[in-house]
Amino acid sequence: MTDQLRFRHVVYRNYRVWRKLLAASLVGNLLDPLFWLVGLGFGLGSLLPSVGGMRYLEFLGSGMICYGVMYSTSFEGLWSAFTRLKQQRTWEGILHAPMTVTDIVVGEWVWAALKGVLSGVAILTVMAALGLVRSPMALWALPVMLLTGLAFAGIALVITALARSYDHFVYYFTLFITPMMLISGVFFPTAQLPRAVQLVAQVLPLSHATQLARGLVLGRPIDNAFAHVAALALIAVVGVVLARALTARRLR
Amino acid sequence: MLTVQSLRKKFGELEVVRGVSFEVSAGECYGLLGPNGAGKTTTLRCCLGLTAPDSGTITLDSLPVPARAREARARIGVVPQFDNLDPDFTVRENLRMYGRYFGLSRSEVARRVPWLLDYAGLADKADAQIEALSGGMKRRLTIARALVNDPRVLFLDEPTTGLDPQARHVVWERLKRLLGEGRTIILTTHFMDEAQRLCDRVAIMDHGVLLAEAPPHELIEREIEPVVIEVYGEGVGAWFETHARRLATRAELSGDTAFCYCREPEALLATLADAPELRVLRRAANLEDVFLKLTGRDLRD
Repeated sequence: MTDQLRFRHVVYRNYRVWRKLLAASLVGNLLDPLFWLVGLGFGLGSLLPSVGGMRYLEFLGSGMICYGVMYSTSFEGLWSAFTRLKQQRTWEGILHAPMTVTDIVVGEWVWAALKGVLSGVAILTVMAALGLVRSPMALWALPVMLLTGLAFAGIALVITALARSYDHFVYYFTLFITPMMLISGVFFPTAQLPRAVQLVAQVLPLSHATQLARGLVLGRPIDNAFAHVAALALIAVVGVVLARALTARRLR
Repeated sequence: MLTVQSLRKKFGELEVVRGVSFEVSAGECYGLLGPNGAGKTTTLRCCLGLTAPDSGTITLDSLPVPARAREARARIGVVPQFDNLDPDFTVRENLRMYGRYFGLSRSEVARRVPWLLDYAGLADKADAQIEALSGGMKRRLTIARALVNDPRVLFLDEPTTGLDPQARHVVWERLKRLLGEGRTIILTTHFMDEAQRLCDRVAIMDHGVLLAEAPPHELIEREIEPVVIEVYGEGVGAWFETHARRLATRAELSGDTAFCYCREPEALLATLADAPELRVLRRAANLEDVFLKLTGRDLRD
């Protein structure tokens, strides 16, 4: 096959390792969102009349899809990728074969995004089982999940290329991922927030993803759909290009 | 097979490689010797196209490096200084997966794996996890992994560092087998016995330059006196000042041991007859003496 697709060997490597832990991975991917949806959705949701014209369970579920993608992708692009970069020297070994830094970074980028998609699909499946998915439009959420995954994978791989130890990832989660999760409209509408916070929330990748996924899963109109897609695509591309450059500098 | 001309590489302010040139022909075993920090690994990484040189030209198997380094790496094997076997896979899976990185088909790799397992002496460990292997087994597997593409040239960076004597001898025997098959080997080491056993030619490198280059025995004949008298014990300092300086061609006092390099050692040995408290070892000069003469006795940390 052609040279440009050599990154698939890296995706395949990670897939083979993942397959060894398939059972644990699927249980985590399916049970975790189920507990959240049942716990928060039914528990908290029963106290709320409706959120923006949706049942709270619907609102939460469609947001959780993006949260799940973000979380899985980030974990893979940070802790797992860093382990292969530093602890295990897996990337170094791959570079001794006829592979390049670009092949490795693109492979890791695609793989981390695919793991995110898997989490998103698991949540969508749980929602379908609970009768929360009504429109076949929900299938369009799949490319949105992939794009969301690629955006977060790009950022994560930049952080990984710069990290000296696992401790750095705690900063990334505490200062970026957690606040973003709270203000991007996953658990409650951003309209509840102060104006200044809303402005910040608007440009966050998780906000773009949530608005796209919510519209598609619940079959509701999406404002500025193209802008959201473009923003995620931009973050994804800038992320992977920057990650490639930083990783090449680190491994030279 | 490999030509390196006027290679230079700087990291920040420090010039690690300062104008290195050498050539390795097909079927030869070439050793780069030097203390830690001499620039051996950087030179090797430049040859593999993993580090871009600041200046100089490299040609590996007729391909310019780094311009066509990836293609060049498809034809060679690399054994790194630190094991980077994939701990998420078994022994067999490591070989199979590595074949994938070379773009080899599943059936090509499957055909090759039994031979590689046999070469590494790991046929009965094929399904073992990497962490269950001893240091020597890991090394052998890393060498076998480097052979997955049946390369004509093999690069090894300190292939036996950290191994016990038994394991080192097994590795040497495996490497000799590869040389017997007509493959080319380029290795770095700071074990002189390793270089003397394996290499057709060695180059001694320090502070980023090659200090000398020749077949090991020629290097010894050319660079150093044939006999070494080592003297140690109480009062060696006084003996050294009165006799060694005068009678040896070249003499060094390092700690409590005097190293005397001579052509005609008889006069020097006679002075020791009157000094029963001193212990004496007479031996032939070896590559380590050349190495220490050229690179000095100072510690490198």
